[in-house]
Amino acid sequence: MGFVSRGFRGRRRDTASSSRVPPGQYTVTDFPVLSAGPTPRVNLDQWTFSIEGEIDEPKRWTWKEFLALPSETVTKDIHCVTKWSKLDTTWKGVSVDTLTEGVETAAEFSTVFSDGGYTTNLTLDDITGHKAWVAYEFDGQPLQPEHGGPARFLVPHLYFWKSAKWVRGIRLQKEEHPGFWESNGYHVRGDPWQEQRYWGD
Amino acid sequence: MVDMTLDGNAIAGLLREIFAMEMTNALGTCGSCGAVNEVGRVEVYVHAPGTVVRCPSCEHVLMRIVRGRGKYWIDLSGVRCLEFAEA
Repeated sequence: MGFVSRGFRGRRRDTASSSRVPPGQYTVTDFPVLSAGPTPRVNLDQWTFSIEGEIDEPKRWTWKEFLALPSETVTKDIHCVTKWSKLDTTWKGVSVDTLTEGVETAAEFSTVFSDGGYTTNLTLDDITGHKAWVAYEFDGQPLQPEHGGPARFLVPHLYFWKSAKWVRGIRLQKEEHPGFWESNGYHVRGDPWQEQRYWGD
Repeated sequence: MVDMTLDGNAIAGLLREIFAMEMTNALGTCGSCGAVNEVGRVEVYVHAPGTVVRCPSCEHVLMRIVRGRGKYWIDLSGVRCLEFAEA
């Protein structure tokens, strides 16, 4: 724990709602910003969301088309692998179930990809069945760029590095291709309730 | 907008743990654009699950360093060459 700064310890509040806080996590009330690179400058006129890979006819939506899709507002707890959890976060976006409606695929895996080159791998089981969304509002406001706006992936039952910021699409795959963090020490699935943080967990 | 970029001096201590010598004066060649930069001048992101080092010329990832469970995982595949003086 020597590398955890005093500031982070000072925000520890892990006695509250312990049944909702996975092992090794503490709760925060602010919304820490984590980033593996510069915040992309996104032109909404050129933004698209795609489903590609193992699919007969790739799907693609413009920003305007995406906003016209049926949306959902969900309230979820989120858990970052750097040990903070934030309870009751409210998001508006499009369910992956809506995006994949009618899609026939032999794929069991996916890579979610983003502006700036970030990727994360997820099984189709983990992103379908009302478990994942492409969110464009947080707390009733447009999603800010530092939190992944205009749109980020939201898959709250896994560690938050899976909820890719600045998301642009889903590539359907027959094999598992570890993503940006999963290929360099972080767990391929990342279930916070099983503390699947690193390789070998 | 929050600028979270640090320079390579932010990881002087971390690289010292790994390379056992002062690395901020080392010269790294970007595997993508070929730019040569002192390690002290690269772009560093530490507010992340690991440390990400990027080329200041083209933003290509030069290094990813993850520490956990008593181990390091280090990806240097984005650096074509690292030049530094003998200790």
